[in-house]
Formats: sequence, C-alpha cells, structure tokens
Amino acid sequence: MSHLAAALRKDLLLQWRARAQVVAVFAFGAAALLLFSFAVGPETTVLREQAAGFLWLGLLLSSTLTLAESFHAETEHRALEGLLLLPASARALYYAKALANALALFALGAGLVPVMVILYDAATPRIPALLGIILLGSAGLSAPGTLYAAMTSQARARQTLLPLLLFPLVVPVLLAAVKATSLVIHGDPMGQLRAWTLLLVCFNVIHWSLCGLLFDRVVED
Amino acid sequence: MVTGRNGSGKSTLLRVLATAARADRGTAQVAGHDIRDARAEVRRRVALLGHDSGLYDGLTARQNLEVAASFLGPAAAARVGALMGEFGLADRAGDPVSAFSAGMRKRLALARTLLKDAEVVLLDEPYGELDPPGFRLLDKALDALKARGATVLLATHLLEHGRQGCDEALVLEEGRLAWSGPARDLREPGAAP
Repeated sequence: MSHLAAALRKDLLLQWRARAQVVAVFAFGAAALLLFSFAVGPETTVLREQAAGFLWLGLLLSSTLTLAESFHAETEHRALEGLLLLPASARALYYAKALANALALFALGAGLVPVMVILYDAATPRIPALLGIILLGSAGLSAPGTLYAAMTSQARARQTLLPLLLFPLVVPVLLAAVKATSLVIHGDPMGQLRAWTLLLVCFNVIHWSLCGLLFDRVVED
Repeated sequence: MVTGRNGSGKSTLLRVLATAARADRGTAQVAGHDIRDARAEVRRRVALLGHDSGLYDGLTARQNLEVAASFLGPAAAARVGALMGEFGLADRAGDPVSAFSAGMRKRLALARTLLKDAEVVLLDEPYGELDPPGFRLLDKALDALKARGATVLLATHLLEHGRQGCDEALVLEEGRLAWSGPARDLREPGAAP
C-alpha cells in the first residue's frame, strides 16, 4: 500500500509538471469535436442525437495521446527500471499509473462536456450521472490502455501500435459509455441506463484485475 | 573493478547482477542470493548506476530523490538533503533535471544510487561526464561505501582510479573473463596484463 501511495504521488507529480501537455490534449479533443460538427452539418437535431458518440470518440482519440505520454517519462532514462530495482512493486506501479491516467482522462472528459454542450446543444441537468459515466468510461479506457502503453512504449511505431491494440479491446466501453451518455442527455424512459452502467462496471472489474496481474510480465520480460 | 574494451560485456554483467537483465545461461549469486531464483532478495541488496540515469527529466533534482526515497523508507528520505549537499546539488535542488548538464545529471544519478543503503553497489562508468571536483566527490563516496562494508563493483576504463580504489580486478573480453587478480597488477588499459 505504501508503494501504491508513493507511485501515485510520483505519477500525479509528473502529470502536474507536464500540465502543458494536458492543455494540448484538451485542445486536440475540442478540435476533434469541432470537426465532427462540421462533418455532420448545421442540423441541430442530428448534432444533438450524435453528441454522446462524438464526445466519446473525441475522448478515445485523445486518450491514446495521454496514455502514450504517460510512459514516455518512464522509459526515457529507464526510470521505471530504476524503480523496479529499488525494488518497487510492479503491481503498485501499474495501479498508480492506471489511476493517474484514469483521473487525467476523467478531467479531459469533464472538460470536453461544455464543448459538447456548446457545439451540439446537448445540455443535460443530470450532471452527476454524466460525470459518473465519464468516470467509469475513463477507468475502462485507462486499465487496458495503461498496460498496452507499457507494452508499446519501447516500440518504434508506438503511436500507431497503441491505438491498433487498444481500440478493438475497448469497443464494449465505447458502446456502453455512448449509450449511457445518450440516455443521460436525452432521457431514459425504458430504464436502460442501469444495464449499460453495469456493463461498464463489469468491464472495469475484469480489466483492472487482469491487467494488474499481467503488468509484471510486461515490464520484467 | 571490471574493465575491458567497448562491447566486452561490462555493462551487461552489471545489469545481469542487478537483475535488470536476464542471463542467457550460467548462474550467479549476489550477497548469497541467486539472481534467477531470488530476484526480489537480490534487488533489496543491490544498487545499480547504469548508463541510463533512471531520472525523470520533468521533476526537480530534489523530487527525483524524494520519489526514490518514498519507495525506500524513512531512513532514505532523511538522507535526501545530505546527499544533495554531498554531491554539490543543494543550490540546484529546485531546478528541473531537464535543465541539467550531463555532469550534473551524473551527480544526481550517483546520489540517487547511494540513497539506497545497499550491500552491493554496482557502478557502470561512474566517472564518465564528471568534472575533476566530481571525481573527488565520487572517490570520497566510494571510500565511505568501503568504510561501511559495502561491496562495490566498478566498471571503468580509468585504470588509475580502479587501481587506487579497488582490491580485485576482472578483465572481460567478448563476454568472457580474460584475467582476474589484484587491481594493482593491472597494466595496460582495456587489456589483460
């Protein structure tokens, strides 16, 4: 537990020191939402209907930048190896990095909500529910994303490899998060929100458990 | 000390002993623990200064040491300030490592390595990039390590330093032990006497 706290403190410190990068990733996500709105056209009804999908696509595309960058600092001077030799627990290092990435993605997603509201006229009074779904979706992207970011961090084509590996795996997150967000924005007369939220929770439980077990093999072999 | 020509396997040997790399074959023990079967035990007892500094460029010098100390425990945390002063980094403690010269990075990497109170200290070309005052600081640190009974394995091309500070010498050639004996008997740089 002390290793987890130490690693989390280190990761949050690294993110704070690289906050200019966070602004750049947010700008990228906002630009993606803007471009989606141009692609669909000025029809307000269509934009509002597609708002949830565009929000999550913007967040998914931006997440690869955040996830890849999170391991750049670890591999640049073999800092991660240095921590493992201290010895720091590989599992603690994984969970700290995944938590820090989940928080960064949540902040990014929450930051993109006002952009979505302005561009797509997709306001909702159910802000806590929307933030809860963004939190679950961010965690769902972060758990496997952190593992794959570690796997591809030494590869020459890591910027291409990471999305290639990650996107097929997180299709359930994307589906569930888009449906749940859409239900929050447009209303939930059939009571479907619970089922989609449950899918997000199950995905998180499985991947946060499994990826924590596999991380040791990824960084040691 | 370990010496030998470029590519003779000095760095690989140190990385294998520190369990940072896996050996293809053969066995080795560090502080009585097998590097294959008791990796965690070996890691608790070994500190490695490799070619890569292990530092975070985005953090300050002090933060880098504090991060390492937070995994090592309160005793290490209490030594952060003293080590910063010992290696002449106190004035630059709040500066990001990305602004450091190669020599300052080496000093900080040495301080980070010595933050761990290890039984076995593996130093790969520790004199590289250091200036003459840095040489003296390192020699002083090595003397302190010897005084507290730590085993130091030094990989270096600087035989003069090795002869002065080390008891035993190993010469590697193409990954094999070519010569071993008292360090004072080493004569030709990078080759067996």
